[in-house]
Amino acid sequence: MAKKKIPITHEFIKGFWKENPVLISLLGLCPTLAVSNSAINGVAMGLATTFVVICSSTMISLLRKMIPHQVRIASFIVIIATFVTIADRFLAAFYPDISKELGPYVPLIVVNCLILGRQEAFASKNNLGRSLLDALGMGLGFLSVLFVLGSIREILGSGTWLTFQVLGDGFHHWIVMILPPGAFLTLGLLIGLSNWINDKRAKA
Amino acid sequence: MSTSLKMVIVLTLIATISGAMLSSWDNFTMPRIQEHRQRELVAAISDVLPEHDHYDEVVVRELTLYVGKNEGNEPLGIAFQATGSGFQGKISMMVGVEPDFSKLTGITILEQIETPGLGTKIVEDRSNKVNPFWFSDQFRSVHTYPEITVVKNKKPERVTEIQAITGATISSKSIVKIINDTVQKARSEYQKFLDEVS
Repeated sequence: MAKKKIPITHEFIKGFWKENPVLISLLGLCPTLAVSNSAINGVAMGLATTFVVICSSTMISLLRKMIPHQVRIASFIVIIATFVTIADRFLAAFYPDISKELGPYVPLIVVNCLILGRQEAFASKNNLGRSLLDALGMGLGFLSVLFVLGSIREILGSGTWLTFQVLGDGFHHWIVMILPPGAFLTLGLLIGLSNWINDKRAKA
Repeated sequence: MSTSLKMVIVLTLIATISGAMLSSWDNFTMPRIQEHRQRELVAAISDVLPEHDHYDEVVVRELTLYVGKNEGNEPLGIAFQATGSGFQGKISMMVGVEPDFSKLTGITILEQIETPGLGTKIVEDRSNKVNPFWFSDQFRSVHTYPEITVVKNKKPERVTEIQAITGATISSKSIVKIINDTVQKARSEYQKFLDEVS
């Protein structure tokens, strides 16, 4: 049982850097690229995803011994879709503005491979406590990348941050930053940066 | 218990529980969601028919016309939703017209996914410090007959003309086309409705 040697705090921390879903595993890139045009949208998407991954991991970790191996993916998808629909309706009922901004990307959390990936790789093999910490770490790791990405794109593309004006009128907005190419450019640079830091650390 | 039987039972159970959870959650959230939709609709109607006191709904074919009336129950204007394709996707708006459909009383954009910073100026143009809403404001009291047209890089001269947004000609033209099409349809459908009533 090699797993037991891993300290339980590691399950939580790894999602932020070492096994970050976006920067290292490159999972869930579709919502990452699509809704990171402002910091607040990134946070909303990150929170919705965190909610879904925590609830699904909890359920699946509890049910892991009951679900036959052959139908595990189908079961995971039904469970994930249930929580995604709950999150989608919740946003539509209580935060209609954010729900409108995110549009179809909330229901599309169902196909975010970050979530299915955690269920298949972790929650279906680990106990509730570890699965919960893993889900929380992964969700918040995802959220933090979306927040950074959204902040960079919003500041350069609209001159605002969390809707506050941060760049003066003299600054000519880089409209490309809030368009899809800006998402690819910024994400590429962020991944490059994280690889560069990891390289430096490995050599040191 | 055989594996195949277990598979069926487990999946059925999960799906049933999921369905039950979702239907009760839907019961809880639906009234609120509909309330938001209704509030948005009423706000949009007030935007394009600012002076109305109450409105009647008239359903003709696939169009719903909201006939805005004053305290004396006289029609002040008619509002209806107009939808069509823009530069990238669907544009949906509320359009207000005078009761005889001769002039617009205003438009308000409900949904659009135009290019941020260019096409989105149909909703709000932050580069125009005097009036960020200049584009939709132009439609107030523009004449609809024979049709609304777009002019580029100059001020409108005729009563049927509106000025296009620089860099977003397609979005501007799409809006005008959607309005022209829907006004025409609404005019003939409403005429038929009035003929039937009288």
